[in-house]
Amino acid sequence: MSVKTKLNFTLNSRPVNIEVPVDMTVLNLFRDFLDLKGTKYACGEGECGACTIEVDGKTINSCLMMAVDLQDRDVLTIEGLQKGNMLHPMQQAFVDHGAVQCGFCMPGMIIQANYLVKQNPSLTREEMKRGLEGNICRCTGYTKVLDAVAAVVGLKG
Amino acid sequence: MSDIKHYIAPTTLEQALETLALGRVTILSGGTDLTPQVSVGRRHFEDTLMNIRRIEGLSQISMQGDEIRIGGSATVSDIRYHDLIMKYAPLLCETASHFASEQIRNAASIGGNICNASPAGDMIIPLLVLGASVELASWTKGVVQTRRIPLDEFFTGPGKTLRNSNELLAAVIFKKPSADFVGFFRKSGPRPALEISTVSLGIGGEMKEGKFQHVRVAMGAVGPTPLRGRQTEAALEGQKLTRTIIDHAVLAAQQDASPIDDIRATKWYRNHLVAVFTEELLYNVCQN
Repeated sequence: MSVKTKLNFTLNSRPVNIEVPVDMTVLNLFRDFLDLKGTKYACGEGECGACTIEVDGKTINSCLMMAVDLQDRDVLTIEGLQKGNMLHPMQQAFVDHGAVQCGFCMPGMIIQANYLVKQNPSLTREEMKRGLEGNICRCTGYTKVLDAVAAVVGLKG
Repeated sequence: MSDIKHYIAPTTLEQALETLALGRVTILSGGTDLTPQVSVGRRHFEDTLMNIRRIEGLSQISMQGDEIRIGGSATVSDIRYHDLIMKYAPLLCETASHFASEQIRNAASIGGNICNASPAGDMIIPLLVLGASVELASWTKGVVQTRRIPLDEFFTGPGKTLRNSNELLAAVIFKKPSADFVGFFRKSGPRPALEISTVSLGIGGEMKEGKFQHVRVAMGAVGPTPLRGRQTEAALEGQKLTRTIIDHAVLAAQQDASPIDDIRATKWYRNHLVAVFTEELLYNVCQN
């Protein structure tokens, strides 16, 4: 077994203090130790985006990030978007536009879409496509996903 | 998988280099290459895992004299949106925008992309076109020592470089391109995102009085390392880009490339792409 190290970071606005094996990925830590199963494991090599989370305001693939590098950082996962019973506007837009089918890619897709809109509130449809390149969906064909993001930035159809 | 016995996240270059000097260290930066390489068994962790992302100043991008210096742990996104790079080396921003995906660009470091030494490493191609060098730092005789190696001499084979195990890639450095500099990059793969290049090509030089000068041509995924297209450069140097000269350059580019058949493409197809991209990029230079 690899050595463990103490880790302090902020997760969805709450402090986390935990001891982790130093060879563990962030995705593993969240799913298997912190019981946050919203962030999905799919390809495990940074190709699909299902494990996308936001760290210090930038999205990354949590399957590629070592948990030790979370020290002193601020993390947002899909579980941190909802406020009480209120869905986040991006989540609501995905529901309203029928952008969710099997749903497996959605936590990563929504975190990425939310990040893109925060980066650029007047995102064009073309910029959405480029920004979502790292998120693969096998069901929707992306059109409704783009419609949902477009609705959030106030773009027409 | 081998077990890690120590973890260290140094905050100064000195600490990092002292740790490296002790040996048996795995360097962690963005993790985007390291993590999948370890999980498929292509690499094993050494006794010590050293996270270099907390080293003060190592991700800085700055102008020093007439040189632009990009710290080894700067991410591809840092480069893509940096004012200095956008102003003086837009070729790097353009390449960065076609690198993997946004999530990977936000994590992957320039030092990692270079030191992984993939023949298809995307950021290496524009850096070769810019005539960049790497600065390697080590802890020798109780002080930080640095040496510079031109990037076109740095790679010795797939995954292999001249970096010694006690050295850290502290920065990649290139001379500020002149106002006449024009440079273009092109890569190909079945889809625009997250694609390991089938072929990548970069061409740059100074256009003075209609003549293309100080030309550098770089190619990826057509040999055991990213390489300079020396015959193509010779065909173009000091020339007006006429139809005849471009035809010569296209033939020379196919001489420079020595691709192989592999899972991503055949040798024939790669040679074809080299020809098409050379012509296309020279056309872009003419249009500029």
